[in-house]
Amino acid sequence: MTGPLLVVEQLSKAFGAVVALADLTCTVAAGERVAIIGPNGAGKTTLFNVLGGQLRADGGTVRLGEQRISGLPPHAIARLGVARTFQVAATFASMTVRENVQIALLAHCGEQRSLWLQAWVRHAPEAQALLDRVGIGALAARACSTLAYVDLKRVELAIALALQPRLLLMDEPTAGMAALERSRLMTLVSGLARSDGMAVLFTEHDMDIVFSHADRILVLNRGRLIADGSPAAVRSNPEVRAAYLGTAA
Amino acid sequence: MTFSALFIQLLNGLAGAASLFLLAAGLSLIFGVTRIVNFAHGSFMMLGAYLAYSLIGRLGGSGVGYWGAVLLAALGVGSLGALVEATLLRRLYRAPELLQLIATFGIVLIMGDAVLHIWGAEDLLGPRAPGLQGTVSILGSAVPQYDLFLIACGPLVWLSLVFLLRRTRWGLLVRAASQDRVMTAALGVDQARLFSGVFFVGTMLAGLAGALQLPREPANLNIDLAVIADAFVVTVAGGLGSISGAFIAALIIGVVKALCIGVGEITLFGMTLALSKLTLVVEFMVMAIVLIVRPWGLLGRPPPASPGIELRELQQPPGRRFAFGVAAGLLLLVATGFVADEYTLVLLTEIAVFALFALSLQLLMGTGGMASFGHAAFLGSGAYAAALASRVLPMGWALLIAPLVAGALALFCGWFCVRLSGVYLAMLTLAFAQIVWSIVWQSDAVTGGSNGLVGIWPPAWLSSPQAYYLLCLALVAATILLLWRVSFSTFGYALRAARDSPLRAAACGIDVRRVRWVAFALAGAFAGFAGALYVYAKGSIAPEILAIPRSIDGLVIVLLGGLQALSGPLVGAAAFIGLQDTVARHTEYWRAFVGAAILAITLAFPAGIVGTLKHWLRRERT
Repeated sequence: MTGPLLVVEQLSKAFGAVVALADLTCTVAAGERVAIIGPNGAGKTTLFNVLGGQLRADGGTVRLGEQRISGLPPHAIARLGVARTFQVAATFASMTVRENVQIALLAHCGEQRSLWLQAWVRHAPEAQALLDRVGIGALAARACSTLAYVDLKRVELAIALALQPRLLLMDEPTAGMAALERSRLMTLVSGLARSDGMAVLFTEHDMDIVFSHADRILVLNRGRLIADGSPAAVRSNPEVRAAYLGTAA
Repeated sequence: MTFSALFIQLLNGLAGAASLFLLAAGLSLIFGVTRIVNFAHGSFMMLGAYLAYSLIGRLGGSGVGYWGAVLLAALGVGSLGALVEATLLRRLYRAPELLQLIATFGIVLIMGDAVLHIWGAEDLLGPRAPGLQGTVSILGSAVPQYDLFLIACGPLVWLSLVFLLRRTRWGLLVRAASQDRVMTAALGVDQARLFSGVFFVGTMLAGLAGALQLPREPANLNIDLAVIADAFVVTVAGGLGSISGAFIAALIIGVVKALCIGVGEITLFGMTLALSKLTLVVEFMVMAIVLIVRPWGLLGRPPPASPGIELRELQQPPGRRFAFGVAAGLLLLVATGFVADEYTLVLLTEIAVFALFALSLQLLMGTGGMASFGHAAFLGSGAYAAALASRVLPMGWALLIAPLVAGALALFCGWFCVRLSGVYLAMLTLAFAQIVWSIVWQSDAVTGGSNGLVGIWPPAWLSSPQAYYLLCLALVAATILLLWRVSFSTFGYALRAARDSPLRAAACGIDVRRVRWVAFALAGAFAGFAGALYVYAKGSIAPEILAIPRSIDGLVIVLLGGLQALSGPLVGAAAFIGLQDTVARHTEYWRAFVGAAILAITLAFPAGIVGTLKHWLRRERT
């Protein structure tokens, strides 16, 4: 397959008078790691919610490969290979950590409709392997509601990876983590992007992470794309500096 | 149908809409600020009617006396409302919405029996309002002056409420609290006083509605539940918390109902349809259309994300100890079948049936997180399906048909219900059940109307209480094991995932709405099966099996046993049916007793019997 994996064309979204996305156009290639940065209120989370189907755009299209995904419900987008984590980690509180991942695995295999198959024995080894991979294998039997927030974010990542996505969306995946943990987590994700050809689109406030783990950086400001390029190019872009430092460009 | 007759019906409908609006406005106001859906709102209206009756009798029929009595009745009801808020409901503000709703139903039961005790069971017709006894001639027909007065009351109360909310300091605080309770409290507003005030105004409006209704309709003991379904429909269609929305919805529903009665029969494609019989269905259809187009009602806003039920406790598949316990219990119950007397066996049969009913509700509420306030609709439709089938088919077929019919009905109702969540869903299920009830009640030819159907007995070899008990036990036990299996199946987990975090479940590729829909249908089918077993145990069936109190019985059983506990519904059914049987033998006021039990559970033991026992055991061990 040639051409980019994700194509976003002229996407717009407004909440009343507040413009969250204005004519946004961008692409992400398979296996590419793209960071989205921008000041608070730039439209990063809105973009993620539109890509994931949680929000409906006012205009524009989103395509995954040849398939148009804008306008589809979240579960349909997920089945086409877009997995995501949320800014505020969302997990299943009444289940163990391992069961959280098992749910994702059985949903991925289309087994969620059976009234007879017993859920807790399905895909247990795979779930354990995924948890080991994100570094919380020891917590597998714990109730998800008793975990520290940082660990919940890892559970979310394991859930997302269980879906074997073509595109992984991560909204502030390392928020609340210590510096060493951050870089370890992002190294893991980078490795997956390289080995499985999974594209990664992520937002992040930590610029060290952004500049060391992104192949390309998109800069948003007030819903507009003001820069799109390699870390080096973005670093020296005057408009980006203005948006971040608040001086006139 | 002449135009003038239609016009009269229209005025009649508008007069009805006015009292409906008074009721709905109070309900909406209370919900907006306290987030409590006051089930007892209809009871406050009923109390208003009775209180007005007595006060008018005491203060005389003169103009001043009459209107003074109406006003005093409204104020009296408002004071009681504030008192109830301050003593009981205030303890529940932090509880899940579902518990609050149930607690207010406890108040319904207590108030119902209190009114019965004070005023007796006879309907009480009040005198006509002085000064408004005559009629006015409009378009050649005589229109009662009182109807015109009521029609004027609606907009008058609406405008006063809007003025109160928009132009006074108190209204400002109420609006602030509706938007953000925590922030309002942080700004130093005395919440307790504000909430009591809102309850006073809201219940006073209900009392006023009751007092004003007296010249049109006698005070009777059925007002409470009859009007609460109407009021729910109006508030939900208008948008919870929106006074103006309630006003518009009351008008629409009042007018549409009046048109149905006015038009009477219509002939479409050679079929004659009696629209006048469909008023309740039509009211529901208006709400359904509104909710499909605008899920939060005409003028409502999406509620702050708060699930009706919050369950965060870890739920694990049952272990070997549980299996042993179940096996031992089953053996004991089988053995009981051979030694117990007939009375006990009949009682145990009923407990078994209600355990199954409650378990089906638990699948919906516990595993699915969808609180249904109309689950008896499926119990009852299964029972009626079996009763009707038994006329032409043997019992085996009737037992098979019942869950299919109930499941199909649940599939239909569920399509609407799963679009909503929390209290909206609860109120919609309640409205559905009320519709089913009224259809059954009105369809004399098929269902026997209020008399129901009689003479539905199992074949001869099952006719002894012992034989039927053992059959029932076997079928219920098998079905319960199946339901438990479903709870821990991949579907059950997907359902629980959708309850825990719809956002995350959808992002995993689970079609949340569909999973909920299937669960709704399944729960309905299992309830229908329970209904079929019930009908053969009793030999007869009456519409009360579909009525709201039955649905609430199911809720109470589930909560009494423990929403979270696998065995909760079984323990709950035994405790509830056993208690009811004991109390009903000693006093006619057993409803009040059930109400008190509900309040006790919701206030003191929200985890239920099994849940509380588990907590105690855990504390012992650590």
